[in-house]
Amino acid sequence: MKQIFSILMVLIMGWLLVSLVPLGQPTEPGSVAQHYIQHGVEENRGANLVTSVIVNYRGLDTLGEVTVLFLSVAGAGFVLRRRDTGLRHRCRPSSEIVQTGARLLFAPTLVFGAYIFVHGHLSPGGGFQGGAVVASAVLMLLLADRRIRLPHLFMNWMESMVGFAYVLTGLAGLIVAGSFLSNQGLLPLGTWNTLFSAGVIPVIYILVGLKVGTELASLLDNMIDTGRLYASSEGDQP
Amino acid sequence: MTDLSPSTLYLLTAIALIVIGFAGALIRRNLLKIVLGFALIDTGLHLLIAALGSNPDRTAPILNQPSLLGNPDLVVDPVPQALVLTAIVIGVGITALLLSYVIRLYAVRKSLDIREFGRLKW
Repeated sequence: MKQIFSILMVLIMGWLLVSLVPLGQPTEPGSVAQHYIQHGVEENRGANLVTSVIVNYRGLDTLGEVTVLFLSVAGAGFVLRRRDTGLRHRCRPSSEIVQTGARLLFAPTLVFGAYIFVHGHLSPGGGFQGGAVVASAVLMLLLADRRIRLPHLFMNWMESMVGFAYVLTGLAGLIVAGSFLSNQGLLPLGTWNTLFSAGVIPVIYILVGLKVGTELASLLDNMIDTGRLYASSEGDQP
Repeated sequence: MTDLSPSTLYLLTAIALIVIGFAGALIRRNLLKIVLGFALIDTGLHLLIAALGSNPDRTAPILNQPSLLGNPDLVVDPVPQALVLTAIVIGVGITALLLSYVIRLYAVRKSLDIREFGRLKW
């Protein structure tokens, strides 16, 4: 009975989606998007319009989004709170090759992540993507060598300070140009399509990249720690 | 359907992903598979929004060529892409939160079966 109801729900969902989504005709940009496309470069000097939308036009939403990410990571950290059972894990360490390889690749992956979020206003990329790459570098290191612990104090400070700097940048825009997270008058806009351009957009995206990177890394560390704890309390090999 | 343009194909794939994820979340009993279902719905939604803004005749909204600067007809709408970019990050956060709940629930009952957790049900 329940199964039939579920299948019925799924069918209704599929039918709704197919009837709601305009299949077949490609959509044209709306009036807001037209403004972004036509005036985005002269207003912000950033080549990547998606970055201009995220960091400048909808910058407040991005601040909210970073907050949501922080909340979900904080929630996960709260749920996964460490209770030290006193048991040590007895899983087999990974091989020398894996450990050395992970250490070798760690720094280049970090640099690659930094490259992605520094060039967010010029090419596909930005703070969120670069932060994810940074976090994956940390994940690789954590998975390869289980003895490695992250410097929690440093990570917490980094995360808080970067978030604080984001809000401060917004407030500076409010003081200088009269609107929160404004891009006018705070930093020189520079020339289009060069690294030092687009005013505060790269600054904010670097902050976002650092914040997302540290947040995701500490989330992964929490999860791995908890998994290690269960593995040790049950005595089986993970 | 006679002419299957790329964006129609994206849209159909997105709908299929959403429906599969929805079915998985409703029908499966394993908590991990339910979380996987939600993650699939998420992915399907991202593809859906991105596909709604896509157009095979236009290029990405990155104006790094001088020829793109004066021509608003050459690039696609940047708004859906910005939306999806933010949605992906939120999706990661939600999946992580769900997975940590699953870890906690497993610690309580030593089971991943949803039927074990009927205590609050009517």
